[in-house]
Amino acid sequence: MAVIIKKEPEQKTITIAELLPEVIAIRKRGMRVCQICAAWVNEQFELSYTFANDGNYLLLTLRVVIDKDVEVPSITPIYPSAVFYENEMKELFGVKVENISMDYKDKFYRIEEKTPFGPESEDE
Amino acid sequence: MARKHKRNIVPFGPQHPVLPEPIHLDLVLDDEKVVGVIPSVGFIHRGLEGLVDKRDFKEMVYVAERTCGICSFQHGMGYCEAVEQIMDIEVPPRAKYLRTIWGETSRLHSHLLWLGLMADAFGFESLFYQCWRIREKILDLIELSTGGRVIFSVNQIGGVLKDMDAEMLKHFLDVLAEAETEVREIQKTFMLDYTVQSRTVGVGVMTKRQIHACGSVGPFARASGFKVDMRKLGYEAYPDLDFEPVISNDGDCYARCDVRIREIFQSIDLIRQAAAKIPDSELAAKVKGNPDGECFARIEQPRGEAIYYVRGTGKKFVNRMRIRTPTFANLPGLCEMLKNADYADVPLMILTIDPCISCTER
Repeated sequence: MAVIIKKEPEQKTITIAELLPEVIAIRKRGMRVCQICAAWVNEQFELSYTFANDGNYLLLTLRVVIDKDVEVPSITPIYPSAVFYENEMKELFGVKVENISMDYKDKFYRIEEKTPFGPESEDE
Repeated sequence: MARKHKRNIVPFGPQHPVLPEPIHLDLVLDDEKVVGVIPSVGFIHRGLEGLVDKRDFKEMVYVAERTCGICSFQHGMGYCEAVEQIMDIEVPPRAKYLRTIWGETSRLHSHLLWLGLMADAFGFESLFYQCWRIREKILDLIELSTGGRVIFSVNQIGGVLKDMDAEMLKHFLDVLAEAETEVREIQKTFMLDYTVQSRTVGVGVMTKRQIHACGSVGPFARASGFKVDMRKLGYEAYPDLDFEPVISNDGDCYARCDVRIREIFQSIDLIRQAAAKIPDSELAAKVKGNPDGECFARIEQPRGEAIYYVRGTGKKFVNRMRIRTPTFANLPGLCEMLKNADYADVPLMILTIDPCISCTER
């Protein structure tokens, strides 16, 4: 019979200042960045950075809650493969991400509407 | 005197013969070698995730299914998984088995579609016809059991909408036995033919280390020895079925063909196991209330790990639904793979990640 691994995902809410040290620690554990997403909740951005440990199928999510105009540091210096997730978050939601290794400047998604899922779009 | 190379940027797509869907790559070329890749997407972005404000959490199953025409069933299933986990719904065992059977059938038709496209890309048209002829049988099975060929719409929160009787299951197994024999024939051509090997062996090599660094998933990753398959998480009927992730260690285009062909046999085997063990039960559990909480559900789609994030606040409309599709996760790997590639190999190499732009443009 197949060995099935079933584990509860782990979630941790952190501040912006803690983001990069936490991501460095996760990188040292050999985890893979598997998604980054934004949600506009209670007039704030809720950013979820999800990492996977493929050895034991464990999922770890770092949650950062920020105000609309606060800049969040890019994790691309630690995880270069996060570049598309961060550009997506920036272009679809309007999250201000600073120092992305390859900042597309709103050209990753060839869409006409600026930040279609962002707070300004909701106000309309 | 050293020859001076001039760097050029050559646009690839959004319209290209090997790509039925639009993606744009700016290829930075040094003579005929690719030295850099800058992808961009969004030509057909539909903003499906934004429909959470307009469709309630039950209707969102149909929205999720419309993310893609190839892995439509699995998108619906992944979304249901996430909502069921939030609402703590125990899906009846028969529904779990049926989802597994339809999920594996989707994988079969997706892999056969890809093999056909791959054969077409390297100019082997009769092989393309053979792959799609077998795929047609699989699509007929899907149509017979669900009523749809592209969008099945048999998932619902808490279970499934349709059942398969013993006669239908027997028909499934008979057709799959035929298909298995025919896939063994095309396997010989894909794996042993000189022309196929000359285009795929040693082309687009990705090491296991590169795959991990790029966060790649699915058959693209498993072809480089990355033994990860989300079905091992134990969703649906997979805990009751015996299987191991299919891997190869070569990491080239040939290995990706090999992995996908062997996954076809694996899927047929999983359907056989599921059909032999399928229990009798209700088809769906009752759903009371609205989702209140959040969940990241992961499933193994034909192209690899897909993540469904759903966040509910106890209301009929969920606050956020996010689908991280396997093709999006494979974009960094694609860029890495194309570096130092010959320009002539680019179309074929892009195809080996099995890009699904429809999924990416959710």
